[in-house]
Amino acid sequence: MDFSLTQEQQQFADAIKRWVAKDYNFEQRKHIIQSEAGVSDTAWSALAELGAMALPVPEAQGGFDGSAIDMLIVMQELGRGIVIEPYFATVLGAEFLKQAGSHAAILEQVAGGEVKLAAALAEKQSRHDLFDIVTTATKNADGFVLNGVKTIVLHGAQADHLMVSARSSGNQRDTTGISLFIVDAKTAGLSRRDYRTIDGYRAADIHFDQVQVPASALLGAEAAGWELLDAASDYGVTLLCAEAVGVIEAITNATLEYLKTRQQFGVPIGKFQVLQHRMAEMFMEMEQARSMATLAAVKVSSSNVEERRRTVSAAKARVGQAARFVGQSAVQLHGGMGVTNELPAAHMFKRLTMIELSLGDTDHHLARFVAQPGFKQAA
Amino acid sequence: MDLNYTAEDLSFRDEVRTYLEANLPADLKQKVLNHKRMSREDFVRWHKILAKQGWVGTGWPKEFGGTGWTATQRHIFEEECARAGTPAILPFGVNMVAPVIMAFGNQAQKDYYLPRILNCDDWWCQGYSEPGSGSDLASLKTRAERDGDFYIVNGQKTWTTLAQHADMIFCLVRTDSGGRKQEGISFLLIDMKTPGITVRPIIMLDEDHEVNEVFFDNVKVPVQNLIGEENKGWTYAKYLLGHERTNIAAVGRAKRELEFLKRVAAEHQKNGKPLIDDPVYASKVASLEIELMALEITVLRVISQDSGRPGPEASLLKIKGTEIQQRLTELMIEAVGPYSLPFDPAFMHGDTESSVMGDDDAAPLASYYFNFRKTSIYGGSNEIQKNIITQMILGL
Repeated sequence: MDFSLTQEQQQFADAIKRWVAKDYNFEQRKHIIQSEAGVSDTAWSALAELGAMALPVPEAQGGFDGSAIDMLIVMQELGRGIVIEPYFATVLGAEFLKQAGSHAAILEQVAGGEVKLAAALAEKQSRHDLFDIVTTATKNADGFVLNGVKTIVLHGAQADHLMVSARSSGNQRDTTGISLFIVDAKTAGLSRRDYRTIDGYRAADIHFDQVQVPASALLGAEAAGWELLDAASDYGVTLLCAEAVGVIEAITNATLEYLKTRQQFGVPIGKFQVLQHRMAEMFMEMEQARSMATLAAVKVSSSNVEERRRTVSAAKARVGQAARFVGQSAVQLHGGMGVTNELPAAHMFKRLTMIELSLGDTDHHLARFVAQPGFKQAA
Repeated sequence: MDLNYTAEDLSFRDEVRTYLEANLPADLKQKVLNHKRMSREDFVRWHKILAKQGWVGTGWPKEFGGTGWTATQRHIFEEECARAGTPAILPFGVNMVAPVIMAFGNQAQKDYYLPRILNCDDWWCQGYSEPGSGSDLASLKTRAERDGDFYIVNGQKTWTTLAQHADMIFCLVRTDSGGRKQEGISFLLIDMKTPGITVRPIIMLDEDHEVNEVFFDNVKVPVQNLIGEENKGWTYAKYLLGHERTNIAAVGRAKRELEFLKRVAAEHQKNGKPLIDDPVYASKVASLEIELMALEITVLRVISQDSGRPGPEASLLKIKGTEIQQRLTELMIEAVGPYSLPFDPAFMHGDTESSVMGDDDAAPLASYYFNFRKTSIYGGSNEIQKNIITQMILGL
């Protein structure tokens, strides 16, 4: 067994770290969040130049064909810097295209940093069940017509193309009858309402009103999109776990630093055992979360679907618990400063909290873990 | 990054598995899997079987009769033993005093004791804790005063595990009360048959006799039983504590117990259905299983660094490992509910074929639960481990 990074992986991580330190510091990030666009074209170009956009794309489309482990490294670094650019949204979108094995031209544009993608999956009633779909796809001579509303689509208003789940047949909560499409965001009948999220991101509600897409927009097989949707979502969960580990590291380090510098009763507050032990618990949560994020990255590409689901859900549940504990502890140990919006730690806390609630919260993934057939037998 | 075992590791695992299938006596295996109490003879029998195979000194270098295995091989071996249900090889001789003798003992001590430890000719126990010295071990008061070719030892040790079976005890004793408390401590090997030693049982929550008080009343110990130099014992003790924490996470055993737990939870009913189908209970089991999955990877990450001895990260493994062990026993008694109440020592000792209340799975579980409360206290309490993490890793 070998847990070490290759030289290339280490260099990649270092390059992103340097970029964050130089061009994406806390003040610069705040400026981007407060801007009209809510994202930074400069940052986007920089990420593309670093190769972060090409990393997940297959070689045939001009990418580096990076593994989930390679992506783990990138996401950890972006997590450390609490980068709010549409990177996760685009990589998740690209995963749909990779799994479908189609739309090579768009993947090429992703690799070059020329387009942004987003995944429009959730609906008002669906909560964490991505199979719960009301949006309809009706077949016609020109392809399909989409009708419905997708909500809280991360960076949905910044994307050039959207991955959309819609129902071709069956009942609202059936896993059968689901079709997936790639939709040009400028298509007639598609409207987007952009808003801020509390952790500094952008998200959008997207209305589909008689949106005509060509037959070629279909990803995978018609009315049989669930397996692809589930697998791509697991890939997204794996990315979020990796990002969370990066944020957890950063907020833990920030808290440790605060404990060493903040003085009360004439000593650094880190001298107090009750605070030391909370810090030790944060450290342990970080290490357990790191282990699970790593395991998920290794198993997310497994051809054994049950193993993939089981491991990814285990990771999200465990990382989610760690995210909540570490985030809350960091705020508590920062005292009054922890509840202001002025420290990076506060922003890290908000991001961790929202990661826990994204693509299935801890309870959702615990239940999914239990629902795997192996739960009752295997350990 | 590659989380697969190498082909060599896998063939090693097969070799161990095949050996255990052929050589682990069925009666011992049943006792272990069914949470029965082990006798002195049980421990010794298994130790001697493994000794014949040369697989006792798994952390020892080859020159002393050890296996010379890598950290990964040791992990595989421990995991396979846990999976098969072997009795433990008690750590006091093999993993605690032996490394100290190897590192700090003289040639005569190495030549005499090490082969006897490998072969279980001597049963060792540990004389560290005292009534006034628990977490603050260095405050110990048991005195050893030089008198010619002997030390005269007076004082008391406590929590001495299985001292009632022991031939030898390794002791931390005070040989100088002048300077810092850590500086006047020496490391002595004492024959338990020496006149003046009295062993008194301490009966634990589960009414088992697992630990003792050991009293020393003018006990004459030959000076050649001193390890290393006088007053340097604290250094040796700290060295030993590092060894004590290897495999402290006990992931292999926890995996086996998790399977047991799931079986019991499938066989006991709630609301007319198997308990494991109850979402509230299942979610507790799932959380525990996930914690164990995480700990296994954390252990493998520590092992893959293979620095020889575990550093302060061993504290993390100890805390998480014992939390998981305790949680397992908690969920076990929750699983059998009121069947935890009947208490049947005769069954647990193997004196009767079946338990008084007829649920043989459930019969030992409450005792097991109470017994395992010790794990977060012994070997440096989990609070002491947090101190180690804050000081050694976090630098606070």
